[in-house]
Amino acid sequence: MDKAKMLQISHRRNLLALAAVFAVLYVLMLTRSISVQYQGVIILIGINVLLATSLNLTTGALGELVLGHAGFMSIGAYTAALFTLHMDLPGLVEFPLALLLGGALAAVFGVIIGIPALRLRGDYLAIVTLGFGEIIRVIIQNMSITGGGRGLYGIEEYTTFPWVFWTSAFGITIMYALIFTRHGRAILSLRENEIAAEAAGIPATRYKVLAFAVSSFFAGVAGGLYAHYITVLDPGTFGFNMSIEILVMVVLGGMGSFTGATLAAVVLTLLPELLRSMSDYRMLLYSIALVLMMILRPQGLLGKKEFSLTRAWEQLRKKAETKGGNA
Amino acid sequence: MDFAQQLINGIQLGSIYALIAIGYTMVYGIAKMINFAHGDIIMVGSYIALMIFQNTGLPVWGVIAASALASALLGMAIERLAYKPLRGGSRMSALITTIGVSILLQNVFLLLFGSSPKPFPAAFEGEGFTLAGVPVSRLTLVTLLVTLLLMVLLTLFVGRTKLGKAMRAVSEDQGAAQLMGINIDTSISLTFAIGSALAAVAAVLYSSTYPLINPYMGSMLGLKAFIAAVIGGIGIIPGAMLGGFIIGIAEALIKGYISSALVDAIVFSLLIVVLIIKPSGLLGKNEREKV
Repeated sequence: MDKAKMLQISHRRNLLALAAVFAVLYVLMLTRSISVQYQGVIILIGINVLLATSLNLTTGALGELVLGHAGFMSIGAYTAALFTLHMDLPGLVEFPLALLLGGALAAVFGVIIGIPALRLRGDYLAIVTLGFGEIIRVIIQNMSITGGGRGLYGIEEYTTFPWVFWTSAFGITIMYALIFTRHGRAILSLRENEIAAEAAGIPATRYKVLAFAVSSFFAGVAGGLYAHYITVLDPGTFGFNMSIEILVMVVLGGMGSFTGATLAAVVLTLLPELLRSMSDYRMLLYSIALVLMMILRPQGLLGKKEFSLTRAWEQLRKKAETKGGNA
Repeated sequence: MDFAQQLINGIQLGSIYALIAIGYTMVYGIAKMINFAHGDIIMVGSYIALMIFQNTGLPVWGVIAASALASALLGMAIERLAYKPLRGGSRMSALITTIGVSILLQNVFLLLFGSSPKPFPAAFEGEGFTLAGVPVSRLTLVTLLVTLLLMVLLTLFVGRTKLGKAMRAVSEDQGAAQLMGINIDTSISLTFAIGSALAAVAAVLYSSTYPLINPYMGSMLGLKAFIAAVIGGIGIIPGAMLGGFIIGIAEALIKGYISSALVDAIVFSLLIVVLIIKPSGLLGKNEREKV
């Protein structure tokens, strides 16, 4: 079998598995086997997965610590919300447009932030992203069109489970696939050794900006989904703490692993729901987990490993074959 | 409000920023990491001072000294437990650890004291004097004098004493310093102790000026002091002092003449502009990255 054909089969298998997961969850939701409360949690999981994987692109793959991811998210959230509030189009048309627009504007800001990244080393860039997140929040709090400190009300509740599931799946696929292209490899090489990569002819500027643009685009899309799920936007939500919560997901899952970011986002969204009585201790536990993780296993739970359905399938088949051969 | 009054407010705030910025700059110089938890040491210093005020009859100077001592011990303990195991590891892990410690301190104090702000006793009440028609309060005077005194002492310590020289040597070249028989662990611990003690002094001065303290008070204050350190040139002690006064005065003038709501955004923009134009800060030298 030639390589292209095998790839095609594995793509089809992945899509099938994705559709199966979706179908199972959706049927459970329609039959109310999953309570309404948990349906909301599942939507939040989808949003957080998209946020964590998009942050993983800059913090994990590019290796630049970003402390203002919530800022990109808030740009997407407000842009998308203002678009649907002021447009009178049918939901099926205006919602995807709003998400795209929110993502696009966030990406523009991502590029703006990416530009100082050319000149600054790691920790300075981290501070710039933090400062940027704060600037965005203060500006949103002081603009009249965003409702100022009172927030934005009456946003249409467009975000449903199918929307979240397929948007997030699409986003992750794009970002994951990007890593395997020439451009993605260039981004990874910048993480490993910037000077060596530049000496090998990789334009550091262009690839840093690219990573920031894609990452902030999907953060913006996630923000749009969030705005149309929660229906009320308060600029205080998108503060430093939210940026840190997203960062914790990436760090715990394993910086550079999309599988890790996804798993950590699922677990860290579910846990607080299961442990409601512990909600006062949530940030305390997060911070202890963060410090212990850095000391004991700085690469995160999964390190840079990824789960591949095709690989798992192949291994299963091989095992079955050797068993069959023995018998 | 007139310009001279704003300027005096700015100098008062600036001296506090300068004290905190010295902690950031010294730690960065010697351990090459941004200590995000430094801002929260200020918060801890304020709460310790408040506890001592409430439970003992110590005079205010005693309170400051006790709070500085306790904060210095805390700073050293944090370095030993959380940062030392990561020495020589990646910079990103170190940075994430300091963020973790910062959130940890905030949440411990949130659980201990609750989220509602606590009133801080007025420590330096009373009339000051009038300078060219502008009243200068006793608190302003004390803040400025304490800051200047500590800066002179610190400069003498770092420049003249054996321990200070050792610290400078470690920050210049850790390996070479070790070969010369300098104990790196002691130097780094001492740096954290001095930085934290200065933060605690700044905490009492700050809390006397803005007499409501809460578990999150340190984060914004710390960030601005960090900006001051970067603007002056991180790793350079006189730079931190200069940066502190620049940020303090700029902030007071922005509050007075532009908008008090936008002050944080403008200060952060100032940081971004400085970083893009001269990343090594006002007093910093440009260093070439070695392969």
